[in-house]
Amino acid sequence: MSAVCQLCTFYLDDLYFGVDVQKIQEVIRYQVMTRVPLAPPVVRGLINLRGQIVTAIDMRRRLGMPALPEGKLPMNVVIRTDDGPVSLLVDEIGDVLEVREETYERPPETLHGAARELVLGAYKLSGQLLLTLDSDRAVSVNFDQHE
Amino acid sequence: MDSIDDIVKEFLIEGYENLDRLDHDLMALEEVPDDRNRLSSVFRAIHTIKGTSGFLGFNKLERVAHVGESLLVLLRDGKIRLNSIIATSLLGLVDAVRKIMASIEAGNGEGDADYSELVETLERLQVTGGIEPDMSTATSEAKRASQILDTIAEQVEMLTAASAPATESVTTSAKKPRKGRRKKAAANPIVDEGNVAVAELDASFAKVLNEIDIAPVEPAVAAARPVEASVTSSKPVEVRSEHVPANDGQKNESFEEDSKFGGSNDHEGSDKCQAQSVSDSSVRIDVALLDRLMNLVGELVLARNQILQCSRSTEDPSLLAASQRLNLITSELQEGVMKTRMQPIQNAWAKLPRIVRDLSMTCGKKIQLKMEGAETELDKTILEAIRDPLTHIVRNSVDHGIEAPAVRESRGKSAEGTLMLRAFHEGGQVNIEITDDGGGINLPRVKEKAISQGLITADQAAAMSDRELMNLILLPGFSTAAAVTNISGRGVGMDVVKTNVEKIGGTLDIQSVFGQGTTLRIKIPLTLAIVPALMVSCGNDRYAIPQNSLVELVRLESDRVQHEIEHIHGTPVYRLRGNLLPLLYLDEQLQLRPARTSADLKQDQAINIVVLNAENRQFGLVVDGINDTQEIVVKPLGTHLKKIEAYAGVTIMGDGAVALILDVLGIAKQAHVVSTSRDRSVAQAEITDGLAGDLKQTLLLLGMGTDQRMAIPLSVVARLEEIPIRSVEHADNQQVVQYGGQIMPLIRLGEMLPTEMAGSPTNQTLQVVVFTKEGRSIGLVVDQILDIVETALTVQQTGKRPGVVGSAVIQNRVTDLLDIHKLLSATDNDYFTPAMAV
Repeated sequence: MSAVCQLCTFYLDDLYFGVDVQKIQEVIRYQVMTRVPLAPPVVRGLINLRGQIVTAIDMRRRLGMPALPEGKLPMNVVIRTDDGPVSLLVDEIGDVLEVREETYERPPETLHGAARELVLGAYKLSGQLLLTLDSDRAVSVNFDQHE
Repeated sequence: MDSIDDIVKEFLIEGYENLDRLDHDLMALEEVPDDRNRLSSVFRAIHTIKGTSGFLGFNKLERVAHVGESLLVLLRDGKIRLNSIIATSLLGLVDAVRKIMASIEAGNGEGDADYSELVETLERLQVTGGIEPDMSTATSEAKRASQILDTIAEQVEMLTAASAPATESVTTSAKKPRKGRRKKAAANPIVDEGNVAVAELDASFAKVLNEIDIAPVEPAVAAARPVEASVTSSKPVEVRSEHVPANDGQKNESFEEDSKFGGSNDHEGSDKCQAQSVSDSSVRIDVALLDRLMNLVGELVLARNQILQCSRSTEDPSLLAASQRLNLITSELQEGVMKTRMQPIQNAWAKLPRIVRDLSMTCGKKIQLKMEGAETELDKTILEAIRDPLTHIVRNSVDHGIEAPAVRESRGKSAEGTLMLRAFHEGGQVNIEITDDGGGINLPRVKEKAISQGLITADQAAAMSDRELMNLILLPGFSTAAAVTNISGRGVGMDVVKTNVEKIGGTLDIQSVFGQGTTLRIKIPLTLAIVPALMVSCGNDRYAIPQNSLVELVRLESDRVQHEIEHIHGTPVYRLRGNLLPLLYLDEQLQLRPARTSADLKQDQAINIVVLNAENRQFGLVVDGINDTQEIVVKPLGTHLKKIEAYAGVTIMGDGAVALILDVLGIAKQAHVVSTSRDRSVAQAEITDGLAGDLKQTLLLLGMGTDQRMAIPLSVVARLEEIPIRSVEHADNQQVVQYGGQIMPLIRLGEMLPTEMAGSPTNQTLQVVVFTKEGRSIGLVVDQILDIVETALTVQQTGKRPGVVGSAVIQNRVTDLLDIHKLLSATDNDYFTPAMAV
């Protein structure tokens, strides 16, 4: 890992997350989704991204957070995976930040719940913490959770 | 590094293409050995492989290709003539090259297989021209040749005493007669040295040659002449070492004669390379690129649709004209890109002639392979998917289907069997038929075998129709082959073929006449990428149902919903022409709402039932709305959702929205329509028979009294008889007749259901409807038998009299529907036990 790395940032409720810019395909505003009955609840639907079908994962549900208030539409952070692009639905998009490795720290052991498996660590920025998200895990949907 | 990989990849792609053509060309050459164009083409293909592999540092491949090339030079220049032995070796070469290339492709380098034997064979052929009995194809001839060789050896031994050096040279010359002949000139000056032996040797050879009566050896007479001369050679050992670099010295292999086509030396390889124009005018494109193009065109279509929509609201004539053009061009482009994915089925068939040739040789059968409709086009992915199933079916036909020549002749067929491949388009599908005129399927044996293998029980077998029995061979683990051969017969196969065909949305059908042959018919869609589908809606969502599983659409108005949707312990069913159709509500299946209660149903509006077929079981899918049918582009579901059985994929609609494609079989499985089908079909028979609802069935119309009409389901009637009134006798206070060696009681319908006017019993004959159950018969005497009609029944009024189910309008006349079950059991309680369906 180089000393400096660029993270694309976004907000989920009061949490500030970052994903390596290299993994991001694009960031787009809310898109009409087609819901997929029978799918795990974290799968919010399918998006037509210029002819490509992209599965949208509701990150709030993934992290066990309450749903976005009525009338507020999520944004799409489309990340590249081995199985094609997947969209993460987030509240808001932040800037692309350059972070230094020396400010990085692993998450505390006391972190619990879904966040524990998805948060890789935190960059200590002035005033707030930027959490790095394990995007591969975030998009892996466990069918056993369903039902 | 990447660029090297690319070069290798390109080399492999080109190489495979060349190899496929080589197979084909070599076999064509076997038929017409002097086709110079083809020879040149074969030569060029091998030459290219050799050149490129040398350049890329694939030494083993280069070496193998090199010997092949050398042999082909001789063939091309007419120095030797192609025969089946050479062809077999060259095909072996093609196989070797293919194997090495596969190994390279897998990233294992050239692999460690040893091809020195092949190289040897090819080198030897360069010298001998392939006029030798080959062990593998003509074992008996080789044996015979070996015997003759032994004799020669004996003769030679006799000569040893006379001239030791001569003996040695005889052996050599016998091995290398061609070289020996060349030696002739060189040896002339020293001819005298060995002349002691010549006369004697000549005589011995003549004796030996008299024994040679098999065809390939005949030219030996001619060959023997140069031998005479070379006997005198003083340096025989050199000759051997020079031309037999790695001979293992087996007698049968070393028995070679001069080429009977020696004269062809004079032919000039004059016609030089004529480039094959087809390959020059085509370009090789990565399928992934095509897929991308396809996607882009799809997008273009959507953009076009939007522009068209906008242009409708404009008055600007130039924009209108431009959008019209855009419309046309887009459609053509779409068509064009779709076509690029289409390939002739020939590509999947190309390997079959070779397989048939090799297999029939191994099995000792004579088989002619005919192909029809090789130009029929289908999508590349489908082509790939049917390649293996096809190969398997052909192997089966050759191995099990077509009999050995002797057997064929004894059955009055020509010794040569015919295997016919036919492909044609029909109804938006591609049909592929594989027909052989072999032994056909022996159904009794299939039955026996299936029972002995525990696949079905004897009872089940007894109840099965021929067609069902035929389909047993598609069950996993089934094989009728008496002996397991290395080609097929291990009982894995046909089920795999079936699975593969079904995977791509195809069907497999077998027809066979025992003793006359078998036809396998595969029906597959033209393309998987684009399928016609019915769009339905459920709530606000739209779903696509592939049309290949669609049977029909039924709409029930709200007033009919309430009494025509019935429930069996909470499970909704609908009577569709007499058969119970289980109903599934799409929204319930997708868990969008809890299961309906009967109270919910009362409020139901008109409903739409999509009748679907899953594994030959029908069920009705109730949807909120039926929109239209359209061609949809199937896209795979992401890995997250692949596990959900209910979907087959996704598609993008004309307006850009995403719609899920329903997997009919998946839904059926999820709802247990398929797994419980067997029990249901039995239940269904009990429930529907003898009842009248909204069902279409065949009815027997009876006339009673002056103008009363009655109807009985024809399916319960055994026979219609006219019985003379005088043959009616009485027994046990009942009217009976002797019928088929039994006493059959008669019931007068007129007495059971008094009509307005008693019928005219003055007739000399009685019209009797005979019902039979378990060997016992009962006759129903009616006044008139009017007609047999097939009609959909709408029962208008429930019958009040026992024995009458209700009334319906048939042929514009009100007709009473009789409940035969009740009528007959009322008469004879022993006759029809209550549980028994009539």
